[in-house]
Amino acid sequence: MVTTFRTKQGGQSIHQAVHRAARRRAIGVGGTRGDGPFRFAVTGAGIALLATMGAIGVFLVSTAIPALRANAANFLTELTWRPNAAEPAFGIGALAFGTVLSSFIALVIATPVAVGVALFISHYAPRRLASALGYLVDLLAAVPSVVYGLWGIAFLVPFMLGPSEFLNRHLGWIPLFGGDQVVGRSMLTASVVLAIMILPIIAAISREVFLQVPKAQEEAALALGATRWEMIRMSVLPFGRPGVISAAMLGLGRAMGETIAVALIFPATFTISLRVLGPSGNSIAANIANGFGEATEIGRGALVASGLVLFLITLLVNMAARFVVARRKEYARAAA
Amino acid sequence: MIVQTGIQPISVGRRAKDRIIQMLIFLAFALALIPLVSVLWMVVGNGMQRFDLEFLTHSMRDIGARDVGGGAYHAIVGTLEQVLLASLIAIPIGLLTAIYLVEYGNGGRLARTIGFFVDVMTGVPSVVSGLFVLAFWILVLGMPFSGFAGALALSILMMPVVVRSAEEMLRLVPRELREASYALGVPQWRTIVKVVLPTASTGIVTGVMLAVARVAGETAPLLLTVFFTDSINNDPFQGPQMGLPLYVFDQAGRPTDSAIDRAWTGALTLILIVMLLNLVARLIGWWRSPARRRS
Repeated sequence: MVTTFRTKQGGQSIHQAVHRAARRRAIGVGGTRGDGPFRFAVTGAGIALLATMGAIGVFLVSTAIPALRANAANFLTELTWRPNAAEPAFGIGALAFGTVLSSFIALVIATPVAVGVALFISHYAPRRLASALGYLVDLLAAVPSVVYGLWGIAFLVPFMLGPSEFLNRHLGWIPLFGGDQVVGRSMLTASVVLAIMILPIIAAISREVFLQVPKAQEEAALALGATRWEMIRMSVLPFGRPGVISAAMLGLGRAMGETIAVALIFPATFTISLRVLGPSGNSIAANIANGFGEATEIGRGALVASGLVLFLITLLVNMAARFVVARRKEYARAAA
Repeated sequence: MIVQTGIQPISVGRRAKDRIIQMLIFLAFALALIPLVSVLWMVVGNGMQRFDLEFLTHSMRDIGARDVGGGAYHAIVGTLEQVLLASLIAIPIGLLTAIYLVEYGNGGRLARTIGFFVDVMTGVPSVVSGLFVLAFWILVLGMPFSGFAGALALSILMMPVVVRSAEEMLRLVPRELREASYALGVPQWRTIVKVVLPTASTGIVTGVMLAVARVAGETAPLLLTVFFTDSINNDPFQGPQMGLPLYVFDQAGRPTDSAIDRAWTGALTLILIVMLLNLVARLIGWWRSPARRRS
């Protein structure tokens, strides 16, 4: 057997060095047959994914530019959306505001519930029932968005009228719940639908992570006399935190990009209002779905430009989330 | 009856806190089930009225919005073909990319770049992937509206979900397992295929399952790439197709009771198909997993 030693630069930790040493040993004994093509395949897949992303970016920009050139208004500050007129004037202001506000409210509603659900299945439910209850949550994820849209129109819009009026009457001094007009098809209703839609994905991933917590850590906490909650706070939550954050990130990305359900519920106005109970609200994605049918060439370009903005907002969110995850991971390792 | 150890009973405050948290967690689960029960109740209740053999075996050809009857056969065939094609594109690329990131990347520049762009791709809204395929595939390359175009759009949505979940699971495989395999003289690729992947298979299958569930219900990308048709088209590479989500959206927009009934029945069919996919995936994951022997 020919022994090949490969030197690599940039080993970071002792763990990795040991790992690599073990592999070199293996190379000495068993050979490396098949390693080359496999490495080629996995690297190729990664590069194909990069190329796809690049193509999306190039296309979005190149299609948006002609429309932005024809725009008579300031794209970033204009509220109205008239790209199909003889003198096109359109801006992202109101749409971006609606997208961010509705998704953020959805995340605030969904994350605590989702973490509770994940903990329930991983640590509270009877062991015999746990996998069945887990399947139930997966079922929530399996409900398609168009079905949530149907359900939202048929059930949630009339149902939300009562709670909305209650919030308006008793918490109206908070600007969010103020205003004279309270309707069913409001920003809040759309946010609730979004929250329901992103809850299962956050819960499912959190649950998977919570289930991976080393049993020894949990048992050590219990052996020291911790109650179940103290055990969860000391061993489960620190271990699972990066997973929960990345799950919430996936959920936020999904909420912002969600189209059909909110397109049915949003009143599709082009104003900026913090009053989430009133008859206003729209989002970039909903506007693309509603506006694409009658869009002219400039109109399509304008919608693509708005899609580009959506893309950039989600990029910022993902980068922020990634930053949090990286910091928390270091913190967790230092504490362990 | 005299206890002489130093162990004290848990104080009332700590016990109360434990109980309150437990109640909150039970409440969270109950809260999450309310929409599920409500959605399923309405879908089954409204959908069963038209869930018959005619619905499953007929298309909407020559059936107006006001007419009763008609079905979703064309949409069911379309959805199955589109999701299958999307999976065939997205799962291999996604899984291989995850393996690259975990096993070969070593935190190098290419791995960091790919990891970063997978995050970006996670944020690609479904409607934008539809816009992309519409322009790239249909407008620039001059391809027709087709099921395959829809599958391309769906695969873009599927890839990052597969990569992220597979990566998460591969990283949880203990380093010692790999080292044990290397110590026995097994090459790296066989270690990955025979040791790492089977260990992580349950989690990966769950992730893939969530990815399939995600794309099977997507409407917006299909709206822009598959187009509408009321007739049966078995060829996903040629001519407009229908998809079940699109069918539900289309029928829900028609203002007659018979159309709304068809929308609910379409929703019921869609949910059943996705549930079946879930069940099969879960059974496979359970069957192939070493966790079955562990516990």
